[in-house]
Amino acid sequence: MEILVCVKRVPDTAENEIELNSAGNDIERDDLVYSVNEWDNYAVEEAIQIVDKVGGTVTVVTVGDEDADEVLRREMAMGAQNGILLNDEAFEDSDAMGIATLLKAAAEKGKYDLIMTGAQADAGYAAVGGMLAAMMDLPYASLVNMVEVGDGKLTVGREIEGGNQEINEIELPCVLSIQTGINEPRYVGIKGIRQVSGIEIPEFDAAGLGVDPATVGAAGAKTKRVDYFIPETGEGAEMLTGSTEEIIAKLIDIMKANGGLK
Amino acid sequence: MATVYAFVAHSDGVLDDSAAELAAAAKKFTDAPVTAIVTGSGVDAAAAKAAELFPAVWKIDAAELAYPNAEVVRKALLNNLDAGAVVLMAHNTFGMDLAPGLAVKIGGAFVADVVDIEGADGDTLKVIRQEFGGVVSTHVTVDMSAGAVVTIRPGAVAPLEGAAGGAVEDKAAGDVSAKRKFIEVREPEAGDVDITKAEVLVSIGRGIEDQDNIELAHELAKAIGSQAEVACSRPIVDAKWMDASRQVGTSGKTVKPKVYLAMGISGSFQHMGGIKGGVIIAVNKNPNAPIFQVANVGIEADILEFIPELTEALGEL
Ligand SMILES: Cc1cc2nc3c(=O)[nH]c(=O)nc-3n(C[C@H](O)[C@H](O)[C@H](O)COP(=O)(O)OP(=O)(O)OC[C@H]3O[C@@H](n4cnc5c(N)ncnc54)[C@H](O)[C@@H]3O)c2cc1C
Ligand SMILES: Nc1ncnc2c1ncn2[C@@H]1O[C@H](COP(=O)(O)O)[C@@H](O)[C@H]1O
Repeated sequence: MEILVCVKRVPDTAENEIELNSAGNDIERDDLVYSVNEWDNYAVEEAIQIVDKVGGTVTVVTVGDEDADEVLRREMAMGAQNGILLNDEAFEDSDAMGIATLLKAAAEKGKYDLIMTGAQADAGYAAVGGMLAAMMDLPYASLVNMVEVGDGKLTVGREIEGGNQEINEIELPCVLSIQTGINEPRYVGIKGIRQVSGIEIPEFDAAGLGVDPATVGAAGAKTKRVDYFIPETGEGAEMLTGSTEEIIAKLIDIMKANGGLK
Repeated sequence: MATVYAFVAHSDGVLDDSAAELAAAAKKFTDAPVTAIVTGSGVDAAAAKAAELFPAVWKIDAAELAYPNAEVVRKALLNNLDAGAVVLMAHNTFGMDLAPGLAVKIGGAFVADVVDIEGADGDTLKVIRQEFGGVVSTHVTVDMSAGAVVTIRPGAVAPLEGAAGGAVEDKAAGDVSAKRKFIEVREPEAGDVDITKAEVLVSIGRGIEDQDNIELAHELAKAIGSQAEVACSRPIVDAKWMDASRQVGTSGKTVKPKVYLAMGISGSFQHMGGIKGGVIIAVNKNPNAPIFQVANVGIEADILEFIPELTEALGEL
């Protein structure tokens, strides 16, 4: 099975507190620590496990700048054989439609039986996988938390509300978006990353992909983020202040008043 | 602006809460009548309910639509929608499955998980959404000139009240052959505890940092009493540190305790969507954590220090 997994480099919210910059129109980008989007890590792990079972190769692809090389290598250290970087100034500020357009062009340079994305990335769109599938006229299932390989088709579980799992059969080739928890992504150490440092990662720009720059990036985006801001909240929480003893005393009173303590 | 549609979810003749929210969301940017779309098999009751909220209803009734398979529903919609349509739907697991591909096929713009709509300026829709799990908000413009699909976060927009008295129109599904086949829905296995029955939940999130620290939460629950249980957010289940039956949220359990102690939980809408009552007390070391906007009581503290101190204080009562 030839599998393409789409991965994105995102600010790591476990490592940074995301804050507004002093101008109040963007997030503070200095000193941000980046990593691979959490969902994508599960997708790559799932792809590797499928290939371990039925053979084939895993290729990881990202739309990003030179710095995105590091997430490709991280996923290659996990066990993906190939990486592809889609990098062009014209790709900056693409909306989900633009990203999907670029990934489609990259996917069509190979011959993949299965394309995977994460369920969602940092902006919470949960869009690119479904768009890519529709653009390529492939069947799609989102929020996949179980994959079984069959003959020319997959049986997949989709996570739906309330912890229920919706079972579907889906013809290959297809696109799946992967939900966290489907597997336990393997650990990647410095050593593993060093081992893949020499592998060449092909890079494509708009011309190389045969994509009209006007259809992607800021130029092609129909959906545009204008700014970042912190909303003025309504009531908000009543913050308990004082020494730890005082806070705990107030908390115990609140728990009692609400019937939480007998 | 082209016609605005609202895809209305329902089950057993009852509309999903999102239906009235979509009706309200549409009113925020258009005065034109909005058409609800109800799909399924044997959906007269749902269509009649939708007509109370919307001035017009399309009913697409076909055996193939009995279960909402996104690929099948998309075909049924595309067989009926005019070019440039603007379609609203809920940002739930079905919306995530259907909406992005629908936007591609309509040839329009897409915006997901909208929490509020500021209005429209000609064909430009202005919405508010969030990024990074709700830590920051953004203003987003959407060019609807060639149509658009807009998904609205469940619970974010106050529902519309009042009777629209719309007419129901039958529409044919058309060819809905699909490469994805729905088989069945499997229910989760019952866990060792039923957190939905607990009066107090000590709920831990990624802030617990390490599997070994989970014991702290169990000790606190024990100190509170037999009315307390330990619950968690999703990353704890994903890491296999706790059983899925203890997960609170849209893809986990819906709980209604008297007191909900959210320990090291950021407050994503998928988590908060599972809490339907009681006083929410959030302990988080980040004063800007989004949970402080939705909790009733907030405490800025490191849970790894705070939980043991609270446990000790309760022991001394
Ligand atoms: C389709 C879908 C369904 C989902 N369903 C669910 C669901 O049912 N339930 C659910 O919970 N999530 C669900 N999620 C995931 C959800 O979007 C969030 O990713 C998740 O809720 C985040 O969990 P968290 O708050 O524990 O972690 P984080 O968002 O990482 O937050 C951790 C918090 O802990 C704080 N913290 C860190 N260390 C400490 C410390 N020592 N002391 C105090 N505070 C500390 C941090 O400041 C931060 O606010 C779903 C996602 C999707 C896409
Ligand atoms: N810049 C990107 N490069 C490669 N894949 C991406 C990119 N952005 C998003 N994706 C993929 O699309 C998924 C969903 O992202 P989104 O639709 O932005 O929420 C991610 O988990 C990735 O698999």
